[in-house]
Amino acid sequence: MLGRCGATTLDDLYADVPDALRLKEPYRLPAPMSEPELERYFADIASQNRRLLCFAGAGFYNHYTPAAIPSLMARSEFLTAYTPYQPEISQGTLQYIFEYQSMMAELTGLDISNASMYDGATATAEAMLMAVNSVRKKRRILVASTVAPAVQQVLATYAAGPGITIEVIPEDGGVTDRTAFEAMLGAGDVAGVIVSQPNYYGIVEDYDGWADTCHSSKALLIMNCHASTLGALRSPGEWGADIACGEAQSLGMPLNYGGPYLGYLCCRENLIRKMPGRIVGATTDAEGRRSFVLTLQAREQHIRRQKATSNICSNQGIMTLHAAFYLALMGAEGLRKVNTLSYNAAHALADALCDTGMMRLKYPDKPFFNEFAIETIEPLSADALLAACLKKGILAGVRLSDSSILVAATEMNSPADIALCAETVKSLKS
Amino acid sequence: MEKIYYRSSHEYIKADGTTGYVGISEYAAKQLGVVTYVDMPEADDEFGAGEEFGAIESRKAASDLFAPVDCTVLEVNEDLESNPKLINENPLEAWIMKVEISDPSQLDDLMDQEAYDAFCASEQH
Repeated sequence: MLGRCGATTLDDLYADVPDALRLKEPYRLPAPMSEPELERYFADIASQNRRLLCFAGAGFYNHYTPAAIPSLMARSEFLTAYTPYQPEISQGTLQYIFEYQSMMAELTGLDISNASMYDGATATAEAMLMAVNSVRKKRRILVASTVAPAVQQVLATYAAGPGITIEVIPEDGGVTDRTAFEAMLGAGDVAGVIVSQPNYYGIVEDYDGWADTCHSSKALLIMNCHASTLGALRSPGEWGADIACGEAQSLGMPLNYGGPYLGYLCCRENLIRKMPGRIVGATTDAEGRRSFVLTLQAREQHIRRQKATSNICSNQGIMTLHAAFYLALMGAEGLRKVNTLSYNAAHALADALCDTGMMRLKYPDKPFFNEFAIETIEPLSADALLAACLKKGILAGVRLSDSSILVAATEMNSPADIALCAETVKSLKS
Repeated sequence: MEKIYYRSSHEYIKADGTTGYVGISEYAAKQLGVVTYVDMPEADDEFGAGEEFGAIESRKAASDLFAPVDCTVLEVNEDLESNPKLINENPLEAWIMKVEISDPSQLDDLMDQEAYDAFCASEQH
């Protein structure tokens, strides 16, 4: 079997792991501890964590988690439920997935949603695979440079195997260069175009006409959006996109040092057979009662094998449940309100920071949502600003360069929080 | 004069001169069960003999479809888009694609009705 994979030894299979990360010696684990000793050991480590005032975003946002959600999620019927392959014993699971799908389809303005993906980056990679599998013989994918760097890296990882060529559309003044996009598209062989909304800088780009331009070259338009913003911004469907995908963490999921999060993937009806992952459908049972089942399973890799669009055969069940609870609890109005409060907080913060005279917006003429790129004015540096704020218990943003940071705000940031951040920056005036 | 030929992978081609209608056999339709979807090519697509030109899905399985001869697609059966079950009702009438046969001599490499029936009988163990 090693030979079949083109390897000689088992170690050859790990060729992609950098040497610096490989295990050279056995693990040095401490001696066993009793339960109380163990509890104390971890409590001591955990007590070193600091709770910071969060103005960092870059794709993941500190929105409020309504208490009802973890309370309901912890119910063992939900927490320990397995894959709903047997509909006769899984109606609860199938129903919440169906409701999640329905709400995501509505938010994205598209026809179909699947049962979820692992996270926003892999959902975007799967959208890329869908495009290549839907548009015959075309293997180029154009990605806007204003798509988050981490997402671009995951796209590159997924493109390597099937031999897909990814080309980055350059940006100009914080937004995607439309002229460059049209020229790159015109060169032919493009299966899909991936853009973000809002983009990595928090800017709401004008994608008017992009869908038509893509379609006239027989390419698909894929929009990567933070799920929460779908409750206030124009939907991907309204922009004419064929596929919408992205990170759903912003639906009140705790930041949790990086996860678990949730990827969503939605598309127009004509692409349903290319959609990877699980799909739940509504039907009637033998007695005519409404019931739910996993459907269109012949798409999936356990049946389609190497012809399937993807090898995914799972979904992020527990976080899908979180998303379903969050959306049902908040409703369209609540979601809109979260966005309004976040938008207002970000704009108030941007104004307060600029008023210090120490900072200026990097793209002052571009509309931003609840996140913005801001520059430090010399002699202040990004690192000095971040360090000073950290001392005051503030996570001021994500470093973009020596002299710029990406700053976000949500409904969790009060006027007092914003004032504290601005004061801290002002205090750096030497 | 139309004559029917079969490939060992259970596709048929009803050929008349250089025009042919390609579909799946009665035997295949029965094995597959209720067809839920047919992934069809587009007009002007070209395929070599034995090249995969599409796929057919039932509730439990998905099978690739292979071109019986070198051909160019003239037309696909749009009725199958809305009603794939037509294949189960009458597989020999519910053709999938109408093609132009590049080299009619390749038909000689396929099985005629008698040979195919014998082939199917031997396949069932």
